[in-house]
Amino acid sequence: MSNAASPAPAVTKEEPGGALSFYGVWLIAAAALVVLPLIFSSGGSLTSFSLIGIAIIFALSYNILLGQTGLLSFGHAVQYGLGGFLAVHMMNAVASHNWPIPLPAIPLIGGIGGLAFALLVGWVMTKRAGTVFAMISLGIGELVASSSLILRSVFGGESGITTDRTALMPLFGWTFGPQLQVYYLIAFWVLISAIAMYALTRTPLGRICNAVRDNPERVEFIGYDPHVVRYLAYGFAGFFAGIAGGLTAINFEIANSAYLGATQSGFVLFAAFIGGTAYFFGPILGAILVTYLQLGLTNVTSVSLLYFGIIFIGIVMFAPGGIAGLLMKHRPLIRAGSLGMVIPSYLVAAIPTLAFALGAILTIETVARYSGGEGEGSTINLLGIPFVATAPATWAAAAFLLVGGYLVARLTWLRVAEAWDRAATVARDRGYLA
Amino acid sequence: MTAAIEVKAVDKSFGNVGIIRDLNLSVAKGERHAIIGPNGAGKSTTFNLISGHIKPTSGEIRLNGDVISGLRPFEINRRGLSRSFQVTNVFARMTVWENVRCGVLWATGHRYAFWKNVDNLPEVKQRTARILDDIHLSHRRDVPAGLLTYAEQRELEIGITIAGGASVIMLDEPTAGMSHAETDRAVALIRRLTEGRTLVIVEHDMSVVFGLADRISVLVYGNIIASGTPDEIRGNPKVKEAYLGEEID
Repeated sequence: MSNAASPAPAVTKEEPGGALSFYGVWLIAAAALVVLPLIFSSGGSLTSFSLIGIAIIFALSYNILLGQTGLLSFGHAVQYGLGGFLAVHMMNAVASHNWPIPLPAIPLIGGIGGLAFALLVGWVMTKRAGTVFAMISLGIGELVASSSLILRSVFGGESGITTDRTALMPLFGWTFGPQLQVYYLIAFWVLISAIAMYALTRTPLGRICNAVRDNPERVEFIGYDPHVVRYLAYGFAGFFAGIAGGLTAINFEIANSAYLGATQSGFVLFAAFIGGTAYFFGPILGAILVTYLQLGLTNVTSVSLLYFGIIFIGIVMFAPGGIAGLLMKHRPLIRAGSLGMVIPSYLVAAIPTLAFALGAILTIETVARYSGGEGEGSTINLLGIPFVATAPATWAAAAFLLVGGYLVARLTWLRVAEAWDRAATVARDRGYLA
Repeated sequence: MTAAIEVKAVDKSFGNVGIIRDLNLSVAKGERHAIIGPNGAGKSTTFNLISGHIKPTSGEIRLNGDVISGLRPFEINRRGLSRSFQVTNVFARMTVWENVRCGVLWATGHRYAFWKNVDNLPEVKQRTARILDDIHLSHRRDVPAGLLTYAEQRELEIGITIAGGASVIMLDEPTAGMSHAETDRAVALIRRLTEGRTLVIVEHDMSVVFGLADRISVLVYGNIIASGTPDEIRGNPKVKEAYLGEEID
């Protein structure tokens, strides 16, 4: 290029602030990960944070497929679980041979396990996208999950394979016995995995992944083989899923067949979708929310899966962009300064919507407990108020909240839509919305 | 001198139905060649055959002297042939800038690289910026392609097609559905951007065809019935017959 010294005017628009805010985000994230356990130091919170961290890596790895490359996988837990098993075997081998490999390096082994399996099966799987890929991923998932129960020497059958994370050499005096040390190990991997996965989206391959997602046919006519692009994406997704699996193995000191199964594959699809696959940070939000709900709901209700299902259907129907999509919808309004026009309508709508949700919860719990809730009492504790599932008064309250909440909520949401139209018009006039 | 595109005795049938029969076509290097013909004559099929989108049943296609029939589209593209589509075919959720940049990446040698920052490749940036400038979409660079107007999407389509710097450009009805003013703009654009390259164009608008092309081939029922300069085609009785009184001027 002869005019390399004088780039075209459009190129010179380099924003130093962009780079600064880019590194700023990761620095804040790092600081938050360090400080979090100092604020919430109970054993329960440390366990929760550890699980959330692992879920974040897992969900982000899934989004390399779904959000970035447009591949809907029903078997992503295969790479996660195999990474976990390889990590456990490696830990046991390291401990018994006294190899000088510290625990923080083990997740990398898990990653290599996930990568290796992804590269092994991926070439055939990624030949086609869409339904073909989804079906094969489901089949591979079932295949591996069922062989894990058959190949006992590798997978340990029903009970799985256990390990002892403290048997490896200590690093700087850390034995990784206490949960706090495990948390920091996980936090370290969350940070570098998230940075690596974000960086991946900013590479030529990452951009072409998006192109393959949008229009695989056209990609063939700009020099790229979409099959190769999908295969590479599948490999990367497998690698990071394996890291998440390795961290799970360290966290629980066990790997078993449940890691590989359809439930686990469903969980990650769920987390990525609820969070929103169109934005890099979406699956992070989803992983946090879904893990938190999973941990919290199982303690208070016997039908937590039903709530998951309802939330999932709700997101699919009313916010297909997920939480991230909902949040980012407001960005043009914030820029145009018209966000204030919709906030009051949100607040008004929140009250009947909440009433409707409470009515729904009360109805579900009443039905669940009345129709044979095993062992749990017939008292539903909602917002500190005890409701007796067998009392007609409870049924009446549930029906009132459900029906009344719905009717009023419908009206208030119409108001929200109107407020939105006005705010969007302002944003459009000011040039922040297309 | 070898021809840019040489199609020899190509047949294409879907099942028992022969769409293309004994197709012969030669496009010289640097020529602007238009393919015209009634609806269903097989113009788009011809494009799909040459660009590798579908494989010929028999026959041979050469690009700059090398046999390309049977190769995959991306292999043909890497040898220097790039095509656009009749139906707008852009990357809808990516921005205008990213659409064009995707077309630049392979040609600048970055291939499947996952160790380079795509925003940090000076040559890619310059080429992308220049093409955006060329197709008059610099002011729309951060807009998702799916939100562009129809005419803008058609221009972007051309931008993606030329982005890789291919020596042979094939445009499938680039002005379809455009207004008069938009068509004039598009023709000027095509003329300028394909300067020094070989252009093959399928077009229904006869003013575009006769204004732009050095040579014209007339395709009827999967067969080239005439090939020549615009004047020769205008005076050809077989062409007049094929168009059944449709005005050609």
